[in-house]
Amino acid sequence: MSVFSVTSLLSRKLLLLPVLAYASLAMSQNSNLSDWSALEQEAQGEAVYFNAWGGEPRINAYLNWVAVQLSQRYEIDLRHVKVADTSEAVAKVVAERQAGNDSNGSVDLLWINGENFAALKKNELLFGPWAETQPNFDLVNADRYPEMREDFTVPTEGMESPWTRSQLIFYYDSQWIAEPPRSIREILAWTADNPGEFTYPRPPAFLGTTFLKQAVLELSNKDPALYSPVSDAEFERVTKPLWEYLDALHPNLLRTGRYFPSSAAELRRLMGDGETSLAMAFNPNEALLSVRSGELPASVRSYVLTSGTIGNVSFLAIPYNARHKAAAIVASNFLLSVEAQARASHPDYMGSTTVLSIDDLDVDERREFNETNNDPAAISAGDLSRKLAEPHPSWTPALERAWIQRYSVR
Amino acid sequence: MLRWASHSLIFLLAAPILLGTFIASLPAFGYFPPLGGDQFSLDAWRQLFEVPGITQSVAISLASGVLTPLIALALVFLYLASATGSNLDLWIRRLVSPLLSFPHAAAAFGLAFLIAPSGLLSRLLSPGLTGWERPPDLLIVNDTWGLSLLLGLIVKEVPFLLLMSLAALPQLQPGPRIEVARSLGYRPTLAWLKVVAPGLYPLIRLPVIAVIVFASATVDVALILGPTLPPTLSVRVLAWFNDPDLSFRFVAAAGALLQLGTSLLAVSIWLLLEKSFALLWRFWLSAGGRNIGEGTAFVIGRSAMPTVLLVIAGSLVALLINAFSGPWRFPSSLPSSWTLQHWTNSFQDLMTPLSNTLVISVCSTVIALALVVATLESEQLSDRKLSTPVWLLYLPLLIPQLVFLFGIIVLTEFAAWQASMSLVIFGHLLFVIPYVFLSLSEAYRQLDPRWSQVASTLGASQFKSFWRIRMPLLLAPCLTAVAIGMAISISLFLPTQLLGAGRITTITSEAVALTSGASRNLISVWAIVQLSLPMLGFLAALFIPKFVWRNRIGMQEAR
Repeated sequence: MSVFSVTSLLSRKLLLLPVLAYASLAMSQNSNLSDWSALEQEAQGEAVYFNAWGGEPRINAYLNWVAVQLSQRYEIDLRHVKVADTSEAVAKVVAERQAGNDSNGSVDLLWINGENFAALKKNELLFGPWAETQPNFDLVNADRYPEMREDFTVPTEGMESPWTRSQLIFYYDSQWIAEPPRSIREILAWTADNPGEFTYPRPPAFLGTTFLKQAVLELSNKDPALYSPVSDAEFERVTKPLWEYLDALHPNLLRTGRYFPSSAAELRRLMGDGETSLAMAFNPNEALLSVRSGELPASVRSYVLTSGTIGNVSFLAIPYNARHKAAAIVASNFLLSVEAQARASHPDYMGSTTVLSIDDLDVDERREFNETNNDPAAISAGDLSRKLAEPHPSWTPALERAWIQRYSVR
Repeated sequence: MLRWASHSLIFLLAAPILLGTFIASLPAFGYFPPLGGDQFSLDAWRQLFEVPGITQSVAISLASGVLTPLIALALVFLYLASATGSNLDLWIRRLVSPLLSFPHAAAAFGLAFLIAPSGLLSRLLSPGLTGWERPPDLLIVNDTWGLSLLLGLIVKEVPFLLLMSLAALPQLQPGPRIEVARSLGYRPTLAWLKVVAPGLYPLIRLPVIAVIVFASATVDVALILGPTLPPTLSVRVLAWFNDPDLSFRFVAAAGALLQLGTSLLAVSIWLLLEKSFALLWRFWLSAGGRNIGEGTAFVIGRSAMPTVLLVIAGSLVALLINAFSGPWRFPSSLPSSWTLQHWTNSFQDLMTPLSNTLVISVCSTVIALALVVATLESEQLSDRKLSTPVWLLYLPLLIPQLVFLFGIIVLTEFAAWQASMSLVIFGHLLFVIPYVFLSLSEAYRQLDPRWSQVASTLGASQFKSFWRIRMPLLLAPCLTAVAIGMAISISLFLPTQLLGAGRITTITSEAVALTSGASRNLISVWAIVQLSLPMLGFLAALFIPKFVWRNRIGMQEAR
């Protein structure tokens, strides 16, 4: 099987159909993106089917709060459609397009980034541009933070609105580990001395895929080919050290690599149960949050690898055929507000990292974002500054498929 | 009018299942115009057989399909042989219905939390007996050979086969049979195995085959307990079905047909086993041994059921502890503190799925009950048995759900229908009808026809004698049928998941979705909600007649 990506498969399939440039028309006739109050009016009474990964109870609970706010303030009925993988929602949009359903789609708002965004954008399955017309978009200060307009090297062009930041962090139980490994290579050496103490989620679980990307970036010394569309030849060359690395690593993993956890949450559970002593997360506050909730012991500490770890921004997008576009935009704008972002970043709730430009906020607002300081389980701001950019999105499915091909049968 | 009901019952069951199975096979051979497949081809099959580990997936599905009924049936028979009439038996008979209502997914979660390396069992024994300060690095749950999957299935199917056996036994008059055997000098356990078992087996053959099909094609139990590298065939088919690359739909369709073939192969292997067992039994019977094996059979039989009960009880305890536990570090036997936090946290999330679950189960059960009662009533009035063979009623249990549901999905996509509540209810109906029919038909047919005759001689119309005489007399069995119907609907995963397209969620579909993401505490909360709903139904079915008939001593005994 070729390592070619979902993206290319999708586009090949879609070429069978007449290419329709639906993307930018659509909203109902009387609405206008620049007239915000009219938009809010139109949004009233609409439902928003928000397709968002449902694997993290903290995020689900936060979205419940958002739903209450939206119904009280805008009479918008937010329904969280919990998907196991964003690609499921992408598949729905593609299926609707192929069935000729161009205005009555079942997905209104979509939590998305990377290869899924690239696929939808390339195939003109997104509504927009709309993101930069939101009143709250200015709060992210995209001129200062260009990553707010770039998703895995692909320009967003107003087709998606920033929602949250993520960065790969590692955490360990200091009860068992004095000094944790600080690079991908050190992890291999460390697991050889401490077998069964580490594992990673099985790709295509996104944290597992992120670990693969982190490993390939480090092992290839950030080969520039990783930042352009993947080709079979480049893939073979760049990932060769990765497979050698994983072949050596797997026998040292939990259950000698015969079993991989299915998600970040299961990885966390394994450490909470004392099965492992080293783990990773894509939410920088994960360890802190889990220590506070009692899921992890108080002896857990967080850190970032010496040469930096992958970080990205995830976004909200609206499919071209969404039924409730106005309400989706209003909901997205609310999610970008200081109030919603502050609540999201609060460790008692979702505990995410905000996309807002904190320095541009006034003093009172800024204070709401400072809850995580001084906790021993928290990650330091210095650590988070060591950030690696995501490779080109086409590498994601290529790595996933190759991993599955190699390791999904024991 | 009533005849129409019985025809529609058959049509309702048979049409979507046969049609669905047929339609599912179209994409498997490349034909699916909505995805650009307008020519028949074998590409999907070629792709399917190139999937790494596909043989292993099929092998595990096949093995669970054959071993589950084999072991479960052996346990049930040995138990019945050794314990019939004992005090233990009285206890077990009371427990078997509530046990049956334990949804598969909840039981699987409980089992996982019981036997995992860091599970309840290991915590109870550590560090005292095991010396483990940290959980042992053992692959128990999700093991490569599907042993924990097998255990989970056996624990769930033993109560089912036991209930089916208990329902069929009276027809055989086991008492006199055993007395004759005993008078010829056979020890009691052997007597049962030699003279009752051969008569009982044909009566529960269809339920056994339903177990084979379920065990070889289950999705929810396999997702929770089954192997992952690679998963069972059914889990992989579902994954292909959900793949964002829509061209995988063709592979999924071929996989669904392969699933049908695998289940049929498991049934064929079973039929061969049947033949060899029949032969074996004949030798064994004609050899005339009166003592040999009695002790072993007795010990296994007597300990089998309590063991199964202990595993289920242990699973339930594991769920309960986890649902209320604060931090719980290994190897502590119990959590360091208790909390209601997991419940308050899930409260809001539970609401929509809970109301969906109730709407779907009530609607599907009420429709099923109306159709089944109308069918049975027309049978009574025309005074002849339903001409339909029983296997037709079993059809939804004899063809893997995955296969025909997949076909129904393909059909809705051809027709561009949206996922809707009514579609999900319809899907549930396919599984609720057979169980409601099976649980109600015996009571209905056994009701003394002279009650209605007396009513008619007193001048009551058929309508009146139905509502005033037969329905009140049948209140208890009807309520039991409702409880069973609702329990089945509540426990269904795949019909909700596929036909609801993720937009219509029930307690079960959400609980299974939590498998990968949530903490044990949260999963336990959902599993407990999931298993208490049917339990409430059974309690209601038990107490409502007691209440209604509190002034009618005769009716109390009839219960």
